[in-house]
Amino acid sequence: MAAFKHPQILIASNLTDGEVVFLGPLGWERDHRRARVAQNAEEAAALEALGKRDISANRVVDVYLADVEIGKDGAPTPLHYRERMRVRGPSVRLDLGKQAAASGGAP
Amino acid sequence: MTAVDLRMAQRPNAPMTTYRYDEYDAAFVRERVAEFREQVRRRLSGALTEEEFRPFRLMNGLYLQLHAYMLRVAIPYGTLTARQMRRLADIADQWDKGYGHFTTRQNLQYNWPKLVDTPDIMEALADVEMHAIQTSGNCIRNVTADHFAGVAPDEIEDPRPTAEFLRQWSSLHPEFSFLPRKFKIAVTGAEHDRAAIMVHDVGLRIVKNDKSQIGYQVVVGGGLGRSPFIGKVVGDFVPREDLLAFLEAIMRVYNRFGRRDNKFKARIKILVHEKGIEEIRAAVEAEFAAMDRSVFSHDPAEFERIAAFFAPPPYETLPAASSAMGAAKLETPAFANFVDVNVSAHKIPGYAIVTVSLKPIGGVPGDATSEQMRVLADASERFGFGELRVSHEQNIILPHVKQDDLFALWRMLDAAGLATANAGLVSDIISCPGLDYCALATARSIPIAQAISKRFSDMSRQRRIGKLGIKISGCINACGHHHVGAIGILGLEKKGQESYQITLGGDPTFSASIGEILGPGVTAEQAPDVIEHLVDFYLAERQEGEAFIDTWRRLGHSRFKDVLRREGEDGADI
Repeated sequence: MAAFKHPQILIASNLTDGEVVFLGPLGWERDHRRARVAQNAEEAAALEALGKRDISANRVVDVYLADVEIGKDGAPTPLHYRERMRVRGPSVRLDLGKQAAASGGAP
Repeated sequence: MTAVDLRMAQRPNAPMTTYRYDEYDAAFVRERVAEFREQVRRRLSGALTEEEFRPFRLMNGLYLQLHAYMLRVAIPYGTLTARQMRRLADIADQWDKGYGHFTTRQNLQYNWPKLVDTPDIMEALADVEMHAIQTSGNCIRNVTADHFAGVAPDEIEDPRPTAEFLRQWSSLHPEFSFLPRKFKIAVTGAEHDRAAIMVHDVGLRIVKNDKSQIGYQVVVGGGLGRSPFIGKVVGDFVPREDLLAFLEAIMRVYNRFGRRDNKFKARIKILVHEKGIEEIRAAVEAEFAAMDRSVFSHDPAEFERIAAFFAPPPYETLPAASSAMGAAKLETPAFANFVDVNVSAHKIPGYAIVTVSLKPIGGVPGDATSEQMRVLADASERFGFGELRVSHEQNIILPHVKQDDLFALWRMLDAAGLATANAGLVSDIISCPGLDYCALATARSIPIAQAISKRFSDMSRQRRIGKLGIKISGCINACGHHHVGAIGILGLEKKGQESYQITLGGDPTFSASIGEILGPGVTAEQAPDVIEHLVDFYLAERQEGEAFIDTWRRLGHSRFKDVLRREGEDGADI
């Protein structure tokens, strides 16, 4: 197991529509702000175990932990730009999808 | 949607200019859809794990990308009918987000299909004789061709019958369904290469020998990606009757000796590079000599049957130049610019080839909305015998437009935001989807294309610069063909940030060359400045008639490197 350096959240793709989901306290969420945050290696392992359970249950695919930082509002933001892209949606077509919500719909 | 959707029916008076499925083709594609529907059902029920299902979905062009599934639809040799284009638009509306992305392999990608909907999408594609088979996986992919096929004045022969012949040969070929890696074939029949055949696993150039017999120059081992190579000639003149057997021999040599131990060394280009073209040629010729060629024997009647599908439409007899077009150009400068830049010469007097740019200033290269797809379908029916092409430059071609109709067509395109007069110019940028969509990408490419396009938004400046190919990839896999861009841009990750490596001197044509790295990577914000400096230097140094690549070749790479070094010293922080 890699050394635990940062808080982590569990990211996956929803099986039926492929959209990005985050493991929250009550299940898989589309909003990363509701993701459960692992603060240590044991909590991260617990998240991963839940991820494996839901892979077996055919709920999600492509499950992995991502390092995050916690903002003043308590919401996790991925440290790497790839995962930030997954959180926000594409940086183009800002009239569509969750990127529209994030940008206020500006084209 | 059903096969009897009258709105989708082929116009009764439409000429046949593209291949039509026979009963066997239609039954095969329907069976494949039914098979995939069952595979999806089993996946959703849990009867198949993701590991088990993944090869099945990939064989049907369905990827899992950064934000969603992505379906890559095959457009064989880039040819579409109006009916097919309308169906692509309807699929975008019904099952996606109202747009699609035309790719550098003449395909179309939907970025947001749901797994549960994909069998219905494939059924809708089958209704119009389309599918997504072999758009992924280690097989022979969609065969691509010159997008001016059949209408270019410099053409020896229309490459589409050959491409269709190869499509049928390679579809579900049992020997080649599990190759060491993917395999891409491109065909051109013209004196100028518009299909980038030198950077394909196999490139075919239709040629005539001194007895005026048609044959093929066969190029092997070209490719881009992590290790770019220009292809090498393995057969100078392969007679048509030997083509399938010769290709079969190449594939067998590759299948036998291609490396399966290392994914990054598994393409045929690595085999050709490591063994040398002489050894590969000897192995191919030995296989060709030893094999039972009777099963690949050429059937002229079958070739002619296929070629008949691509018969020229019923052109009118017209003067070589249209006075109506000439008058409209004088009255409407924007139309004149469109004609000068986006309209190419046609082999039939009075007709023209129109490139419809999918690169509006600041737009997403290759994207078209469903409404634009419908406009293109309507335009092709009204002005172009109902036929369209997709170019590997991610534009749409209307191959048979009367010069007399160009002004009306331009007005129609302009109203739909499709009349950007930049074909081949600096803002006609090839770009892969990059990290905005692609799970493999290491950086975004679309926003870089948008920023450069906006930087050169002055169209008169673009025309002054002239032909200049900028190509952008969001990772080393090079789907954006950056290696063969006169200016190439490769997005990478550097210390946790997006970084862009710039190359100069790439060329995708018969005089192919791989671009050379300019220097250390730059940031996304710096990229447009760097490109602008390079272009300004070119403008200052070019001689009469020189394109960017010509000036770069004459002056040498170091002169262009010096430009950036000087700019950095002057405080431009590049």
